[in-house]
Amino acid sequence: MHIVVCIKQVPDSAQIRVHPVTNTIMRQGVPTIINPYDLFALEAALRLRDEHGGTVTVLTMGPPMAEDSLRKALTFGADRAVLLTDRFFAGSDTLATSFALAQAIAKIGETFGTPDIVFTGKQTIDGDTAQVGPGIAKRQKLLQLTYVSKIAELDLAARRIKVERRAEGGVQVLETRLPVLITMLEGTNEMRRGTMVDALRAARAEIVTWSAKDAGIEDVLKCGLRGSPTVVKRVFAPAARSDKAQMIEIQPATRDTADALVAAIFGGIAGIEGDLVELHQTL
Amino acid sequence: MTDKPVTPAAPAAGGSRAGMKKELPEHFKAYKGVWVFVEVERGVVHPVSFELLGEGRKLADQLGVDLAGVVLGPPGEGTKHAVAESFAYGADLVYLMEDALLTDYRNEPFSKGLTDLVNTYKPEILLLGATTLGRDLAGSVATTLLTGLTADCTELAVDADKSLAATRPTFGGSLLCTIYTLNFRPQMATIRPRVMKMPARVEKPVGRVVSHPLAMVEDDIVTKILAFVADRETNKVNLAYADIVVAGGLGLGAVENMQLVKNLAKALGAEYGCSRPIVQKGWMPAERQIGQTGKTIRPRLYIAAGISGAIQHRVGVEGADLIVAINTDKNAPIFDFAHVGLVTDAVRFLPALTEAFSRRLSPHNRDKLAG
Repeated sequence: MHIVVCIKQVPDSAQIRVHPVTNTIMRQGVPTIINPYDLFALEAALRLRDEHGGTVTVLTMGPPMAEDSLRKALTFGADRAVLLTDRFFAGSDTLATSFALAQAIAKIGETFGTPDIVFTGKQTIDGDTAQVGPGIAKRQKLLQLTYVSKIAELDLAARRIKVERRAEGGVQVLETRLPVLITMLEGTNEMRRGTMVDALRAARAEIVTWSAKDAGIEDVLKCGLRGSPTVVKRVFAPAARSDKAQMIEIQPATRDTADALVAAIFGGIAGIEGDLVELHQTL
Repeated sequence: MTDKPVTPAAPAAGGSRAGMKKELPEHFKAYKGVWVFVEVERGVVHPVSFELLGEGRKLADQLGVDLAGVVLGPPGEGTKHAVAESFAYGADLVYLMEDALLTDYRNEPFSKGLTDLVNTYKPEILLLGATTLGRDLAGSVATTLLTGLTADCTELAVDADKSLAATRPTFGGSLLCTIYTLNFRPQMATIRPRVMKMPARVEKPVGRVVSHPLAMVEDDIVTKILAFVADRETNKVNLAYADIVVAGGLGLGAVENMQLVKNLAKALGAEYGCSRPIVQKGWMPAERQIGQTGKTIRPRLYIAAGISGAIQHRVGVEGADLIVAINTDKNAPIFDFAHVGLVTDAVRFLPALTEAFSRRLSPHNRDKLAG
């Protein structure tokens, strides 16, 4: 069995700072991490491999330094890492990104064996779109299973997979045919620590590095800014509300402050006091 | 969109077509009208669809075009109801695809059905709720149509040359950006539940319904639904539609202080939640997260304790009628959009506030006050 896991190197969002004057992201010194949602996909893939045999290839598209994330994935136990990097990919939106990744997955198939399953995380923490997974599925004509909370059964001989999928108001139990694209829901497993053997292997491993051309992409007009139907016209910080907050500044806060706040709240929302009193009687 | 490393703070270019000189390709000029995908699950319309019909109505009026609801479902009462409700919430017409294969959501028949409808009737704007269903469907349809899709928009507008300007948080929710799909149609966007206001429902007769068949049979569909396990009522977190919400952030300092948030919520009969870092620390489960990547809320009262108010949190709570913020840092961004700000240590203040509410609301004390 061959599984491809798409991961993305993202800035650690907890540490992103915005320059107060220019409204630009201050990237210097912001550590990068593997998109946390992707770790659930990677762990799910590793578990399937451990149970059914086969290999796990991790794939990322990004600048050369994205190699760090791939190496990290190897320390967790992935077997092979592919870095797709080219200046043609700069400025890709989700349509252009899924085009490039789909092409790379096709090339991975030709080179290392056709994948049975492609995994992605639910979404990234920097883009937050959840669109690249479905985009890859459609481009690669893979059946699409998003928000998967559990892989219930995999029957390689019969080429069938059964999963539980988070839906609105409940969980769907779905069965479909391989090959599939699965986007894995968060909190569904816990990433392993990785062994010393994997760590040593990861340090020495050769990262397969492909340009657009290497990945078999002939039409670079479908990549990067030019291949992106969406255009970002403006990046800005929201303005402060014009009616400034009514500030209560007392240190330390006392019982009177609490009473004053309750009074301010009841004065601020018509009818809420009566509703609360009514509710309180039923509690 | 915007999985892209854009250079931030590029000044907005003036002029038409969002500053681009390009003309819309000829074959896209026939694309007219605003569509809202009406999400129906087990016979019930997801409220986000009504919120989007309200927003779609404004866009359609500005463009001088029709607003259409798009209903895909099995023949029967639920689908009929969804059609009628689309009109009650502002649609001028409904595109209807009725087929037993559309009983429960599966990507294959729904993406084929919606793609066929778009290619046949050519809308200029297509809006979907950013639910698990809407996001699964929108990503497939946009890729097949090779058009732009902007995820989780917090604001939609029509600009001077009638393009859709879709604003959403970017860079992990630290800034906002406005995105256009200039040279492709339809312009697609998803919007999370509760981001847009629920419009008034106005009883109206069912208007024009355009029926279109699903060109598929069950054998064409590989994925089978074996079962549906509905969430237990007791497990449901009703944050998005709660009347009062109390939430805690990193300023509370320790996992045991989450209890202070729960105590206040309990005293108020409210729902409780938290900011993103709290979920990342594992102090509360993901379904309690409030903000762009969690739940968007529109309560009458929102009390934020120890939350600094990053943009990704702000866009999730701005619809609240009254925002009360408690934070030790008087320069915290949350005071830019709170209505009442309290500069103090929430860990010490929350118990006092809980007590103050209880005191004021207890029947015993009220009798005394009245007497």
